[in-house]
Parts: sequence; structure tokens; C-alpha cells
Amino acid sequence: MLFLAPVLIGFAVFYVYPAIRGAYFSTTDYNLLSSPHGVGAANYSRLLHDPLFWNSLKVSAYYVVLNVGGQTVLAVVLAGLMFRLTRSVAIRVMLLLPWLVPNVTVGLLFLWLFDADLGLVNHVLGSVGMSTHGWFTSTTWAMPTIALTNTWAYTGYTALLLYAGMLQIPDPIYEAALLDGAGEIRMFFRLTLPLIRPVLALVLVVSVIGSFQIFDTVAITPSPGGPVNSTRVIYYYIYELAFKHFEMGYASAVAMTLVLILGVLTMVQMRLLRASRSDLA
Amino acid sequence: MPRHPTAPRLHPGRVLAWTVLVVALLVTVFPFYWMLRTALTPAHQLLSDNTGLWPHHATLINFKRVIGLTSLAQNQAAGGSGAQLDFLLYLRNSLIYCALIATVQTFCCAMAGYALARLRFRGRDLLFTLFVLSLMVPPIFTLLPNFALMKNLGWLGSFAGMVAPTLLMTPFAVFFLRQFFLSIPREIEEAATIDGAGKWTQFWQVIVPMSRGPLFTIGLITAVWAWKDYLWPLLVGPDPSTRVLTAGLGIFLQQSPNTAPDWTGLMAASVLTVVPVALLLIFFGKRLVESMSFTGIK
Repeated sequence: MLFLAPVLIGFAVFYVYPAIRGAYFSTTDYNLLSSPHGVGAANYSRLLHDPLFWNSLKVSAYYVVLNVGGQTVLAVVLAGLMFRLTRSVAIRVMLLLPWLVPNVTVGLLFLWLFDADLGLVNHVLGSVGMSTHGWFTSTTWAMPTIALTNTWAYTGYTALLLYAGMLQIPDPIYEAALLDGAGEIRMFFRLTLPLIRPVLALVLVVSVIGSFQIFDTVAITPSPGGPVNSTRVIYYYIYELAFKHFEMGYASAVAMTLVLILGVLTMVQMRLLRASRSDLA
Repeated sequence: MPRHPTAPRLHPGRVLAWTVLVVALLVTVFPFYWMLRTALTPAHQLLSDNTGLWPHHATLINFKRVIGLTSLAQNQAAGGSGAQLDFLLYLRNSLIYCALIATVQTFCCAMAGYALARLRFRGRDLLFTLFVLSLMVPPIFTLLPNFALMKNLGWLGSFAGMVAPTLLMTPFAVFFLRQFFLSIPREIEEAATIDGAGKWTQFWQVIVPMSRGPLFTIGLITAVWAWKDYLWPLLVGPDPSTRVLTAGLGIFLQQSPNTAPDWTGLMAASVLTVVPVALLLIFFGKRLVESMSFTGIK
């Protein structure tokens, strides 16, 4: 029992107790300053009629689709290329670099690259005669730009996970395919892709759940949540409710709803994983 | 390392594939280069001197002013807003934060992982199921009540408050180490039991030395997460004496005017947060990329 003592204390005090307390807060009007009063399900019925909440779900989903879609496709291609071309550690180290850098730094760097007046991206677009934008300040472009920022930051990491999955594929399969005269493209679609399906499914779901929790990049933009609610993702909305408007009770109800949404996503993940057991096993 | 058979060398498809890979690497690395390039550009030349790969009059003034080596007057002359980053203090705080969490958490979770993998006791499977379930709860859900708890304890603005929630454990670390301990053959412990070693001795003298690799890996990953952490340190450590680098950078950004941001200063500050990570990659890069396989998939 001595082995478990520190972890049990940590788990009880900072995971179980807060989870119970969070569920309780969600039924109160707690504001961090005075003690909470029970309000029953009022927070939840408010949530149903809160356009900002629904907007945050929509905006989050939009971000998840853009970010996960982009990063997964690019990562599969990168991993496939590395797998068939090189075992170089140096290349993998370079790909890991953006993942190691704090999101705040990455966000700042992209704020600069995509700056409306002096940024490199507009400079290059302008010099080849294409139209320039105020990327982070446009309702149309702000969210795709944030998605692009995080796609840049996470694609290398995702590619390494998929690459690791590809290394599990035994050599003779490729030897046989080469003997049969299969080309690289064909082998990629017929062998590599189907054989990493379980890893791919896992990576996809982890990315989806992770992307729902985007916060840092949004928080450091010039108008976090904006312009006009276009980047007010659910994590940022919860943060604002709790720490800017001091509506801890309502924030907890929204957070509780996020738990349920991610729970459902996780269940879908389990189904998916079971449905896609490796053909190698 | 398995060597997968590949097509002959100088094939046009192969050249194309290499080109795509090299372009991807350039896209990955170039923004970092541009960060450094901007940081080295004098602020008043940012508009005129923004095309070449290297600034015409490279300068270290931006680094000097963000870490507070220049006077306010020099600072404003160089294009700054007067905002400074107490870099050395924040770096020290970040290092303490990462090192404390990485070492304590790794050892506590190693003990628990060992107990969950190797010892038999009532409620073991239930406990493990709880850990796995808690992996799926988004951190913000427990963050809100944890913040309230730190506030009630009066731990806001202290290191205690910053490290408390993750010092002893994260469900992921327990899970990760348990999986590794499950793979150690039982015979090794049986030999130690015959020699009369208790569970405690076995753990420290047999299991821990055997598991240096995974322990180091999870420590490294925990440290990286702590290094990247932004929201929790920002909420809990509003006090400059415990502020970490990410929070300091965020605050530095807010102090930079929205209409005309101090880009050279911001990029100099950003470069400073990348340097420790770059060092980490230089020393432990191989180990980090090779451990990827088992963090993501197992």
C-alpha cells in the first residue's frame, strides 16, 4: 500500500474530489467570491438557450475538422515518405521541434508571420500579386489561420506516431509486393494504409479530443474569441465564464457538457478501434 | 531497426518523394528561422529590411531589451514599449516547475505502476479502471474546482499551488509505466524473492534499475508538458516571483501595443523560449523520437 499512497492521495485530492465538486458547482451559482447556492438545473436550461454556447460548439467543431483533417492527411503522407525513404533520426528530430515549443510561442510566431501589415505571408502574397488579408482579424480567416497554426505545430508529432506504427509492419510483405511488381503508390494504398488502420484510428481520435481542447492559440490572438465570436471555442468560452465573468457555476455546467460530448466521442472511438483490429494480429 | 526493402535508388518517383519530404522539412524549420531573423532586425528597419535571409544590420539589442539589460530610454529608442521580460527569473521558475513535476511525478507513478502491474490486492482492477476513465475527462473540468481549492488554501501565487495538481500523479504516467512493468518477465522477481528480498527492495534494486529507459522517457515527456503548460500557471501564478516563461511571454504580448506590436521584441522573447527546447533536442533528440513509438500507441 505504501507504493500506492502518493498516487492515491494525488488522485483523490486533485482528480476525484474536483470532479465531484465540479459536478456540484454546475448546479449552483458559485462565483468564486461568495459561497455557492444551489440553483438546481437552472445552469443547464440556460445552456440550452445560450446562443454563445451553441456557437462555441459550432466553432470548435469547425476547428476540429480543419485542424485534424489537415494534420492527419499531411502526417500520413510524411510518415509514408519517411517509412519508405529513410530511417534518419535527424529528420525525425526536426519534425518533432514544433511540438516541443510552447503553444504560446507558436501562436506568437504565427501572429507575426500572418500579420496584416508587416507579416511575411502577406508580403509574399502581395509580391506575387495575390490578395492579402488581415488573417487573424477577419471573421472568415481567423479560424482557418488558427487551425493552420496548430496543424503546423502538430503534424510532425502525428507523423512520428504513424511512422512508429508503420515500423511494426513486417518486411516480407513489402518484399513479396515488390516481387509481384507493385509500385510504391500502390503499396502505400494497398499495404501501408490498411495495415496501420488501428494506429491511424487511435491517432485520429486522440487528435479530435485534443483539438476540442484548443485554448492557448485562441487566447493570445489580438481579439480572443473574436472577431465577432468566430474563434470563441468551447474551452475559451468556459475560461471566460469562470475567470472573466466569475460565473463558476455556469462554467462548470458547460464543462460538464464538454465531458459528456468527449465521453460520447470516446465511445465512438472504442467502437471504431474494435471495428478496425489490425490485419496483422 | 528493420530495413524495409525499397525500390532502386535513382528513380524519378524517388526524387519526387525526396523533394516533398525536403519541402515539408523546410516548412517545419523555416518559421523558426524567420523568428530568429526578426529578432535580429533593428525595430525601425522592420518595414524596409524584410526580404533578405539575413538582416542588413543584425543586432542583439532586441534580446538585450526584452531581458532588461537596457534602460527605458534605450529601450524606447530601439522601438520597444518599455515592457520587459524578467527572463532569468522566469526561466528559473520554469525549470523548477518542470524539474519538480517531472522527478516527483515519475517516481510516485512508478511505484503505483509497479503495484498495479505486479502486486495483488483488493480493488486493484477497479482502481486501474478509474485511472483509465479519468484519462478521458478534459482537464478544464477538474481545473475549475482545483482553482477554487487553491484559492481556499491560499496557494495562489505560490509554487505549491502551481505544482500541486500534477506533482504526485497523472493518470497517463501511471498507465504508461504500468504497461511497461507488465512486460518485465516474472522470473527476475522470483529469483530476487528466493534471495530473500522484500517487495520494496525488489522494486528499488531490480525493477527501477531495469526500467531506466522508460522512467527517463516519461520524465522527459512530463517535463516537456510542464514546459508547454500555459493556462494553469497563468491562473495560479499571477505573482511575478513564480511566473513561468510561457505566462511571462503571454503577458509580454499583452503589454505590446495592439495597433503596432513590438514584433522584434516579441520574436526575441520567443527565441528565448525555443532555446531550451532546442538544447533538449540536441542532447536527447534520438531518445525522444525513439520513445514516440511507445507513448502514442501502447
